[in-house]
Amino acid sequence: MIEVRGLTKFYGPVAALRGMDLSIPEGEIVGFLGLNGAGKSTALKILAGHLLPTAGSVTVGGVDLVAQPERLRASIGFLPEQPPLYGEMQVAGFLQWLGELRGLKRAVARQRTAEVMAQTGLDRFAARPVETLSLGYRKRLGIAQAILHSPRLVILDEPISGLDPVQIVQMRALIRSLRGEHTVLISSHILPEVQETCDQLLVLAEGRVVAHGTEEELRALVAPSLALEVEVRGESAAAIAAIERLPEVHAVTEARRRGEVVALRVDLRREGRDQVARAVVESGASLWGLRPVDNALEAAFMEMVRPQGAPNDREATP
Amino acid sequence: MRPIWLIARRELAAYLKGMLGYVIFAVLLVLEGLMFNVWALSSGEYRSAEVLGAFFTLTFGISTAAAVLLTMRLFAEEERDGTLVLLTTAPISDWQIVLGKWLSAFVMVLLFDAMTLHMPLLILVNGHVEPGHLAAGYLGLALVGAATTALGTLASALTRYQVVAGVLGGAFCLGLTLMWMLGKVADPPFDTILSYISLHNKHFMPFMRGSVHLRDVVYYASLAFLALLLTRQIVGARRWR
Repeated sequence: MIEVRGLTKFYGPVAALRGMDLSIPEGEIVGFLGLNGAGKSTALKILAGHLLPTAGSVTVGGVDLVAQPERLRASIGFLPEQPPLYGEMQVAGFLQWLGELRGLKRAVARQRTAEVMAQTGLDRFAARPVETLSLGYRKRLGIAQAILHSPRLVILDEPISGLDPVQIVQMRALIRSLRGEHTVLISSHILPEVQETCDQLLVLAEGRVVAHGTEEELRALVAPSLALEVEVRGESAAAIAAIERLPEVHAVTEARRRGEVVALRVDLRREGRDQVARAVVESGASLWGLRPVDNALEAAFMEMVRPQGAPNDREATP
Repeated sequence: MRPIWLIARRELAAYLKGMLGYVIFAVLLVLEGLMFNVWALSSGEYRSAEVLGAFFTLTFGISTAAAVLLTMRLFAEEERDGTLVLLTTAPISDWQIVLGKWLSAFVMVLLFDAMTLHMPLLILVNGHVEPGHLAAGYLGLALVGAATTALGTLASALTRYQVVAGVLGGAFCLGLTLMWMLGKVADPPFDTILSYISLHNKHFMPFMRGSVHLRDVVYYASLAFLALLLTRQIVGARRWR
């Protein structure tokens, strides 16, 4: 269990963290969300043992950061946004050296090096100098060094930034493979990525955790209503009229038209997907698709990180 | 001890796998060879002990330059490349980080000093070299190397720019070397203090002449320790900044 209580960090007179509290259960993948300047990087650097807090406490498995910093650092793996790598070293040599530096015996470090290279798909590049690797493989090597010493907590700062779509899919699978074996804390500002990968989400704003829970729990905080996107082909006017007559429906608007297929946005007062589907079919139009409009997490995020006193977009809209 | 050696080993590999170590060694050895030939061997008749003393003075300056050039990258480069986090998040102490880095540069300076050994041996062609005199001089160079690499390590921890670190390290070493000049014009008790803390005159001259005094050994060891202690404080303070 990772426990953070009252974590505060000042850079001179500037407060980066203002009494942050959080608890993270073992074995979960937790997304760390926040706008630039929210204090994410500072919090991650403190959790990784790179910085020390001005006030507050951090414990990982009961080990305190300030009282036993070296012992705590042995249980943490950290990948900053730019992977910290020594370019002149070979991939296997780098991992072997780092394993020994983190207290593994030489034979154990050799075994772990082989294991994490296989896990991260780096075994083909064992003898390659690090500086010759592409960004995607550097990120993999960054993750390999972070999990090398089997830490309880793995901290990944923007692990997919700068990767191409294929590399993103591979990285996502790699991160998911860490679930259970490690507790993983991922910082990202790419919401869909966090939705895809994480079990729980933490939202940070102005140096404090403003929300913590599963994706569904966060959605429920600000998005109680339901909207659907309904694609119909053929008699769209009849379909719209049929949908509008339903008591569950608040409003229907045409979102876009592509050839004969029209996409409708249907705002519901309450759950009514069955009724909408039946109304479309009975109107004589073809039902090509029906899915919830999924911007609820984004809306929740925007609501949570909105500075106190700032105008609410939804309230401001006439 | 193991983390210290692991850090030192990686730093040594970085010096020797890249061009930096070779370029510094080659340029400074050529420079020292030329200066030794012109200054110590070619101008008039001297006794062997005087030539050896001149060689040690020359090597003091050149190996100090090597120490400054070799140490300027130690922390500044890692800070610039963002790799220092590998060390600061490892389960090792700040002392071990500092000592590992310093040890690598110290070993390089010892290597450099060892590569100058052929020059005093040239004196044997037309003269005589006392092994004790030679050993004392090289012990002095090693102690100076320990102190100057510590000062260079301190300079490197103060900035993320290697050039600034080099200039700072050079200023520390040159400033301390020239303290005896200030001592000459200062009033008591500052004249004694300034003269005592000078890197060369009071403490290195006995080694040049073949004498080893405990007070000089203590001076260089203390200077190295003080510089490394300050470096450790700076590295530690970064966690709180």
